[in-house]
Amino acid sequence: MKILVCISHVPDTTSKINFTENDTKFDTNGVQFVINPNDEFGLTRAIWFKEKQGASVTVVNVGGTETEPTLRKALAIGADEAIRVNAEPTDGFFVAKQLAKVVQDGGYDLIIAGRESIDYNGGMVPGMLATLTNANFVNTCIGLEIDGNTATAIREIDGGKETLKTNLPLVVGAQKGLVEESDLRIPNMRGIMMARKKQLAVTEPAEATQATKAVQFEKPAPKGEVKLISPDNVDELVDLLHNEAKVI
Amino acid sequence: MSVLVYTESENGNFKKIAFETASYAKEVANMLGTTVTAIAINVENPSELSKYGVDKVLTVNNDKLTNFNAKAYADAIRQAATKESAKVVVINSSANDKYLAPVLAVDLNAGYASNVVALPVSTEPFKVKRTAFTNKAFNITAINADVKLIGLAKNSFGLKESDGAATAEAFEPSLKDEDFNISVKSVDKATGKVTIADAEIVVSGGRGLKGPENWGMIEDLAAVLGAATACSKPVSDMGWRPHEEHVGQTGKPVASNLYIAVGISGAIQHLAGINASKVKVVINNDPEAPFFKAADYGIVGDAFEVVPKLVEKLKEFKANNA
Repeated sequence: MKILVCISHVPDTTSKINFTENDTKFDTNGVQFVINPNDEFGLTRAIWFKEKQGASVTVVNVGGTETEPTLRKALAIGADEAIRVNAEPTDGFFVAKQLAKVVQDGGYDLIIAGRESIDYNGGMVPGMLATLTNANFVNTCIGLEIDGNTATAIREIDGGKETLKTNLPLVVGAQKGLVEESDLRIPNMRGIMMARKKQLAVTEPAEATQATKAVQFEKPAPKGEVKLISPDNVDELVDLLHNEAKVI
Repeated sequence: MSVLVYTESENGNFKKIAFETASYAKEVANMLGTTVTAIAINVENPSELSKYGVDKVLTVNNDKLTNFNAKAYADAIRQAATKESAKVVVINSSANDKYLAPVLAVDLNAGYASNVVALPVSTEPFKVKRTAFTNKAFNITAINADVKLIGLAKNSFGLKESDGAATAEAFEPSLKDEDFNISVKSVDKATGKVTIADAEIVVSGGRGLKGPENWGMIEDLAAVLGAATACSKPVSDMGWRPHEEHVGQTGKPVASNLYIAVGISGAIQHLAGINASKVKVVINNDPEAPFFKAADYGIVGDAFEVVPKLVEKLKEFKANNA
């Protein structure tokens, strides 16, 4: 089985978010970048398939040279090879079209991408990629078994879960639950050394138009002071929630 | 050229988000000087949409669509959009809508903006405000494609009633066999439990609860408020609560009217996940907990004393206001 894992290079979850150039660009100054957490769950499941059932795992990212350390980390965790599509990932549709070309060129059976990245939160790449490549698609996936050409997937729905059956090729929108948090891997020295020898191919982007563009950013308005209530006077809280906030 | 809105339903009845999405679509249609057409799948009473400004409802009745199916639903919505020559299509940001939206966007060759929180900033060029960086910021997104697909963030617009009468028109999309390449084997859904996605109020517990055996008071507080229960990341990582209750940047986002955090210090990732909630209450015995900076109301105190007292006071309040 050939598995492709799509990796987004995103600011660490603890990052403070700021903007530059008159609030038109994300300020990367001092920001640590990581593998998008939803992608990391997917990558870990892919490595599991490789180790338990036999599979090759390729990771791919659409981005500039600055994203290569993130791809190298994925290689150190256990991916076999990496591809970087040399383009700025400005729009989900554009990114999905680049990834679709990689999928078509590589003939992958299973493609895993995070259900959304934690930067732009568009949540569009896995579904668009599936549709562009005519593959089946399961989003918010929290369980996945592959037997030959058949996939059994569990997806989270509002208030529960649903078990689905489908065939490969399949695109999965991964999230927490696909593997346990404790199963996520930290690259060890051997993995880091081996990653240096693994192939990181760079391909030029296919022509694709940009359907959307983030033109301006803003931060939420500053919050007023918290209204503190004495623990001996919870009546006051009930009153405030009813009469002031009007939420009960 | 109408604005098309997909109105989500369950077991034959519209979900509340359907009315919110329709209310939003009406305002967008007013901005564009056009009408609103809704597509409703297997709904018993489509005329309910009249109250929210819908002019026409395309009613789809098809047993094959009893279970949600992203590809088939997207196919049906695409055909409705084409029939109505819709240049703007509005859906919601529920789990199902987010599942089908990117499929629909490709089918329609549309520009898709998800998590939209307000009416378009402008229609020429078409720009919308959406959340980014998991609610740590907003961005104005320009949609350059001919067809614009808007995913409205839940609870961001509210319900807006308007006069009118929606006409119903039966609509039979032609569905392909490949729309049904995925089959549902089983659905495991808690009945009678308020889900985080649908909840107006969410009560959430953190490490300050000291162990899963103490969750009873969180459930009591949720029960008296008709709220959903949730938890912080460490709590789900330790297995005290299931991961579907984990709220935060890598868990579920919450956009409730009221969010009550008990024993949660307020890590930046947790705050990002709950930022879209309107009113936040924090109960924590550490006055330095960062969550107090993000809260509207706070009680510095021992949760094991405060929460049972609050449950009693809320019970009295409910009894007096029944």
